[in-house]
Amino acid sequence: MTCSRRDFLKEAVGTTAAAVLPSAAFVLLSTDEARAAVANSKVRYAFLIDTNKCVGCGMCVRACKNENEVPYDAPVTRNWVERYIFTKDGKIHIDSPKGGRDGFTDNNMYGEEIDPDDIAKAFFVPKGCNHCDNPPCVQVCPVGATYQTNEGVVLVDRDWCMGCAYCIMACPFGARYFHPVHKVADKCTFCYHRLNKGLAPACVQSCAFGARRFANLRDPDDPVTKIITTQRVAVLKDLYGTKPHAFYLGLDHDVR
Amino acid sequence: MKWHILHPLWVGLGVVGLIILAGRFLVPDDFGVHGRNFTYGYHRLSSLQDWKDFPVKYQGRDSCIECHEENVRLNSASPHAAIQCENCHGPAVNHADSVQSPSVGIQSPSVGNQSSSVGIQPLSVDTSRELCLRCHAYLGYPNSNRGAMPSIVDRTHRRRRECSNCHNPHDPGEESE
Repeated sequence: MTCSRRDFLKEAVGTTAAAVLPSAAFVLLSTDEARAAVANSKVRYAFLIDTNKCVGCGMCVRACKNENEVPYDAPVTRNWVERYIFTKDGKIHIDSPKGGRDGFTDNNMYGEEIDPDDIAKAFFVPKGCNHCDNPPCVQVCPVGATYQTNEGVVLVDRDWCMGCAYCIMACPFGARYFHPVHKVADKCTFCYHRLNKGLAPACVQSCAFGARRFANLRDPDDPVTKIITTQRVAVLKDLYGTKPHAFYLGLDHDVR
Repeated sequence: MKWHILHPLWVGLGVVGLIILAGRFLVPDDFGVHGRNFTYGYHRLSSLQDWKDFPVKYQGRDSCIECHEENVRLNSASPHAAIQCENCHGPAVNHADSVQSPSVGIQSPSVGNQSSSVGIQPLSVDTSRELCLRCHAYLGYPNSNRGAMPSIVDRTHRRRRECSNCHNPHDPGEESE
């Protein structure tokens, strides 16, 4: 094979350019910068939900919608309450009309009236974003519009989200939805604005029964952290490996 | 090598170069890894501030007690003590802001039906029967906390009348004034 000087130079320049150009897309961090970026925070927020205490009043859903300007009558919500009724004939009835926003005031489920005498067990399960340690919704975002803060809160950047809805598909808990006004993906922010002002999240504050509580897991003196670390708690959909940080007391195995 | 083999390569590289160049101009400067690790922490830093600046609507009982001490004290000693004032009275938003500066009009976000005016913004208290029924409608769930609630059968108990006609919501043990 022969190679003229001209061809050699051409190919050498071309190959160098091909190798260097993509590397311009990367950012090089110094060791200190890299360490700071992954430093452990002193705060890691988590929810504690006691299904034994919930009475299904739905005030948490109403408070969340008002606090976070979620369209009140649109069929979207950041948190919700599910009702489970196990009848004596072995059937399981599950519903959450309007996410439980207006509470549960009768035993009518999808048009079927359930006689209280037929009920073997029944309870309410408040749900919402689990603020996972390995959030699949963040992994799939193609533009870096959703992320996890140092405190473990998963947020959406409304200015940067382009509304592709990958994250809505990726969340195994159904905690995300498409915001009909802002036209972006939306989700529970753990009331980030309230936490930063020393207030409890709206759902926690509005719960009269202590069914929804929140904790800073890095603070060993936090009373709710003590419950999570010393009592038997469960999480939803453990097998997905997302490490949910909404811990449940009294969770039934039929709750999905 | 032949030109027709290399040509698509140069075009491809050119496109990549253009995208990287455009990214340099279009991506905000504060984009980067600010979170707890590289997998989940890549984001625009000022987005955190955007969320911190989100307006607070529910002010909490501690804010109510500053002016409505008597009602809060009565309520705090009653079986309804655990219920936040704003659960029935609606989110205070900036209900009390105008106490300090009466000339400032209320710029309320899209909560309730508060029109802008000067002075204390009245909150619309929810006295509906449906609000009380959220907790006190009889459902018959023996092993849930709902079963432990004092409850009524909606169909037979004083149909269609507001609960506050007879019961005092601040102190449900007492009759209404």
